[in-house]
Amino acid sequence: MATMPASASDLLKSFKLKTKQQELLIRVSILCLVYILAFITRLFSVLRYESMIHEFDPYFNYRTTLYLTENGFYDFWNWFDYESWYPLGRIVGGTLYPGLMVTAVLIYRILRFLRFAVHIREVCVLTAPFFASNTTLVAYFFGKEIWDSGAGLVAAILIAICPGYISRSVAGSYDNEGVAIFALLFTFYVFVKAVNTGSLAWSLASAFGYFYMVSAWGGYVFIINLIPLYVLVLLITGRYSMRLYVAYNCMYILGMLLAMQIRFVGFQHVQSGEHMAAMGVFFLMQVFYFLDWVKHMLSDTKLFQAFLRITVTCAVAVGGIALGLGMVSGYISPWTGRFYSLLDPTYAKDHIPIIASVSEHQPTAWSSFMFDFHILLFLFPAGLYFCFKRLSDATIFIVMYGLTSMYFAGVMVRLILVATPAVCLISAIAVSATVKNLTVLLRSKNKVVQTGSTKGSGGSKSSSKALLDQSQPFQKNGAIALLFGAFYLLSRYATHCTWVTSEAYSSPSIVLAARGAHGNRVIFDDYREAYFWLRQNTPQDAKVMSWWDYGYQITAMGNRTVIVDNNTWNNTHIATVGRAMSSYEDEAIEIIRSLDVDYVLVVFGGVTGYSSDDINKFLWMVRIGGGVFPVIKEPDYLVNGEYRVDKGAAPKMLNCLMYKLCYYRFGEMLTEYGKPPGYDRARGVEIGNKDVKLEHLEEAFTTSNWIVRIYRVKPPNNRW
Amino acid sequence: MEAWIRARVTLALTLFALLFFVSRSSPPLQFVISNAERRIDLSSHIINVHLTLKVENTGTRPASEVVLALTPTEVDHLAMVDALAIKGKRKKTTSVRLEVKPTELPDAPPIDAKYFTIYLADPLNSGESTTLEVLYVFTHFLEPFPAEIAQSESQLVFYHDTALILSPYHIKQQTTFIKTPSTKVESFIRVEPTKRVGTEIKYGPYEDCPPYSISPIHVHFENNSPFAVVEELVQEIEISHWGNIQVTGHYTLVHAGARHKGVFSRVDYQSRQFSNGASSFRYLLARLPARVHSVYYRDEIGNISSSHLRTNSLKSELEIEPRYPLFGGWKATFVIGYGLPLQDFLFESSDDKRYLNFTFGCPLIGMVVDKLTIKVVLPEGSTDPSPVVPFPVEHRLEAKYSSLDVIGRTVVVLEKKNFVPMHNSHFQVYYTFNPIFMLAEPLMLASAFFMFFVACVAYIHIDLSIRK
Repeated sequence: MATMPASASDLLKSFKLKTKQQELLIRVSILCLVYILAFITRLFSVLRYESMIHEFDPYFNYRTTLYLTENGFYDFWNWFDYESWYPLGRIVGGTLYPGLMVTAVLIYRILRFLRFAVHIREVCVLTAPFFASNTTLVAYFFGKEIWDSGAGLVAAILIAICPGYISRSVAGSYDNEGVAIFALLFTFYVFVKAVNTGSLAWSLASAFGYFYMVSAWGGYVFIINLIPLYVLVLLITGRYSMRLYVAYNCMYILGMLLAMQIRFVGFQHVQSGEHMAAMGVFFLMQVFYFLDWVKHMLSDTKLFQAFLRITVTCAVAVGGIALGLGMVSGYISPWTGRFYSLLDPTYAKDHIPIIASVSEHQPTAWSSFMFDFHILLFLFPAGLYFCFKRLSDATIFIVMYGLTSMYFAGVMVRLILVATPAVCLISAIAVSATVKNLTVLLRSKNKVVQTGSTKGSGGSKSSSKALLDQSQPFQKNGAIALLFGAFYLLSRYATHCTWVTSEAYSSPSIVLAARGAHGNRVIFDDYREAYFWLRQNTPQDAKVMSWWDYGYQITAMGNRTVIVDNNTWNNTHIATVGRAMSSYEDEAIEIIRSLDVDYVLVVFGGVTGYSSDDINKFLWMVRIGGGVFPVIKEPDYLVNGEYRVDKGAAPKMLNCLMYKLCYYRFGEMLTEYGKPPGYDRARGVEIGNKDVKLEHLEEAFTTSNWIVRIYRVKPPNNRW
Repeated sequence: MEAWIRARVTLALTLFALLFFVSRSSPPLQFVISNAERRIDLSSHIINVHLTLKVENTGTRPASEVVLALTPTEVDHLAMVDALAIKGKRKKTTSVRLEVKPTELPDAPPIDAKYFTIYLADPLNSGESTTLEVLYVFTHFLEPFPAEIAQSESQLVFYHDTALILSPYHIKQQTTFIKTPSTKVESFIRVEPTKRVGTEIKYGPYEDCPPYSISPIHVHFENNSPFAVVEELVQEIEISHWGNIQVTGHYTLVHAGARHKGVFSRVDYQSRQFSNGASSFRYLLARLPARVHSVYYRDEIGNISSSHLRTNSLKSELEIEPRYPLFGGWKATFVIGYGLPLQDFLFESSDDKRYLNFTFGCPLIGMVVDKLTIKVVLPEGSTDPSPVVPFPVEHRLEAKYSSLDVIGRTVVVLEKKNFVPMHNSHFQVYYTFNPIFMLAEPLMLASAFFMFFVACVAYIHIDLSIRK
């Protein structure tokens, strides 16, 4: 380059550099805009409501983060929480993924150090959007790694506004998934980079990415199974290389050692059935390497064949025996129920009602695929096609990631989240490749033949079209039409994403909003009303019994001890609560007294028409309670297999504790004009038992729209 | 109950007799009160006692110090005492505010009493007389009885006092009027002549009462006015010379009346508003300065959506509703914050100092504040703060770090216990501030960005790779 004297070439050079710089400038500014867009599109809830934590689990995360900021890391690590799972308590430090909290506190400390007077709540609220922005950057680099920088840019844009990801990363959704998707994609990107380069540094980075993922979310199991699977596929397809060997070994060994530092994960990497695949592949890798070496040493093919046969048989046999022994001796734990339910979607329904009762564990409906992916659903197969067209180590990875995660997304609604980055990347390849081919066609002017021949290997679509268009005069118009079509689709996608974000995914679920009679917005803030009442007006050590859904919120907002909460680690305890709720009052009071409960909290939507209340969840309480205590039988609460609360309801239903607590004095209440008193608006029926009498409990508080009702347990009568 | 009252009365009577005896030996005081009229207003939980005294100097020398006596319990609940001298006759009266200070009488007081001295503006000559008006304000003085009530019951309270005014002087004639909020009076002790008309009970007139004479009485009556008390209010006023004053008030509100007992029924509360939860309250009104902006009302767990703000050019009113209605003993904590334009409250004094002129008080109307702390956060770099408050307060200095602060801001902390709305008045904080400090933070930000870009440029131009 230095030896270029001619002024013309100098000029050319500077010109070329200029376009390159322009390209860089455009790329950087697009990335910056995408970065900002990803952040601000998640702020709908903050603007529409307020800067608050959403849903259920984030309240626990917020509470622990608060604890971490106030008491420091060591106290947090050793924290035994007396306020939940009364009387058992919970070892919080050992039963959570600390990544999210540590991240938030780190951001908080940095901001504080830079003299920004922020509150930890604001940091928590904005953590998920911040990480979503970072994810777009990773998506760009990932796209660049597997295809080209154009695909990377498209991937960044697609993932920035994809509803499947936004659903878990809006401002206020302070949950593990918020940072975990970033960690997941980062780990994959760095691992692919390590496989492509064979560099120890990238491999080390992927080990650290994996460590961060393990510290943040239980979904790390996906990584530790997908990567070995990928390696296995590469081995089978004969793509074994030294790069792969370096990348996988370093990542696996270091990642495993680092992951063991997380207390909740502990020795699972060597003891649990879910992690055994990775170990198996690790040993296989060594055998492969060894064989390779032997092959290199032995020049005789026949000898090598014999050796190969013996070694492989021995290796498989030793591995099988080790696994069998481990399983039998109980050293290697079998697969957990959650894992089974992934492989067999009907498993949870039959065996673990507590998993099946969670709405986000249901199999995905087609409509929600459409809702969350929109045009990506059609671009995904197209992208797969392009990937297969240009097969490389990287594209094999993304294809496998896409296919497996799509399967999991079909099994469980919440796993759409894991599939989203893959779908975005693969779709980005489709979009980028198509648009590139079309524009090349447009810009080629008269050199159609040349383009066709050079592009023959890359984009077959364009080449075939080019060849086709040679004979047709409308080639350019066709390309223009197709381009417009693509932009139309993409703009539809952008509109759809914004609409979904604004309408479906930005409501905090703790504050309910409805339209009033005059089109004005009515806010039902009953949850916080009740929790704040608990916080201010009950004794400090009061124990509150409610269904587990509200446990985290009661401890975080009400600051009171709960019997069960959303960390559903003890099925029996939850079943006890379910049993109490589904028994007659005098039986229930025995259970309630034995649990030392002071207040019972129920959620009731009959006045406002709020449908996700305890009456609608009641059958799950019966099922979960009945799963442990056979005294509770589901058919007792049903009439001809039908669940009803009106006059035709089962007698046990009309007199169980939950029914009584929800409908206490509801019979006097006129909810809707022209309907009899005691008309339940959530279920649209007049209730069957209007004269509810309580003997051992008394109404302590009911919120203004009746959504939360709290009852006080009366002290036992004096004996005389 | 009966026995308790009897015991109290006997005790008081013995005391009375004893006092009567002792008081003879107390040093001759110069004044005689020729006429005393007392009006006690019990309509809310803040008790106003208006005392009109006609004081006559019967001594030989001119004197200017009139002594008031109060029982120790009264002093414990006393929020403020204020005295006015009335001059002129009939319609042309003018009043002059007089200084009142707590004092100790030099000789052993014959009764367990605390004293306040009123300093007259002009000494009263021998034989002359003047009219004084004294206002006492008491808080937490009504005792709910029964102490716990159910939702449908209304709140009954006891008021204890003496029918005769406690005074170190001889009172020639005195009358006491007690005004109750409604005609529902369960019982009251009669000290003849006693008359009850409508909502008023009249004790007296009593003639020629010797010094330190008392006659305990009580009134047991219905009082359903909201016993809203702010246990603690921390009001932070942050001055920014960029044009804004940010006021943040942290409230701990409590219903200090009879405690709520048993069930809270929403059906009853919603359908029978008047007979149910009569003593509870839902709405509070805060009066904010005019031109207020960005008002918020929230608590630890988020925004409270039930509030209305009405603004006009003279004043702003914020109607707030706690998350739940407050029954006896229930608590609520919340934060009210708002911004104000700087030029309305910050002025420059003649000696090149600046001063903030702000209301010392609680924006909530008619509220007793047990402990009021006002923190004035001065801008970073301001020096020699000095507060000027019209009544005695405790004051100290603190430091606070806000956004982008390096050396911290000076905070002037003013504390006042037992604050009643009558205390509302303006106070000033003087300080010196060099406007150059205003530029510190923008410059810091600008230089940080500059450094960042320089680092970027440097990074692009330096080749860090090991291999060539």
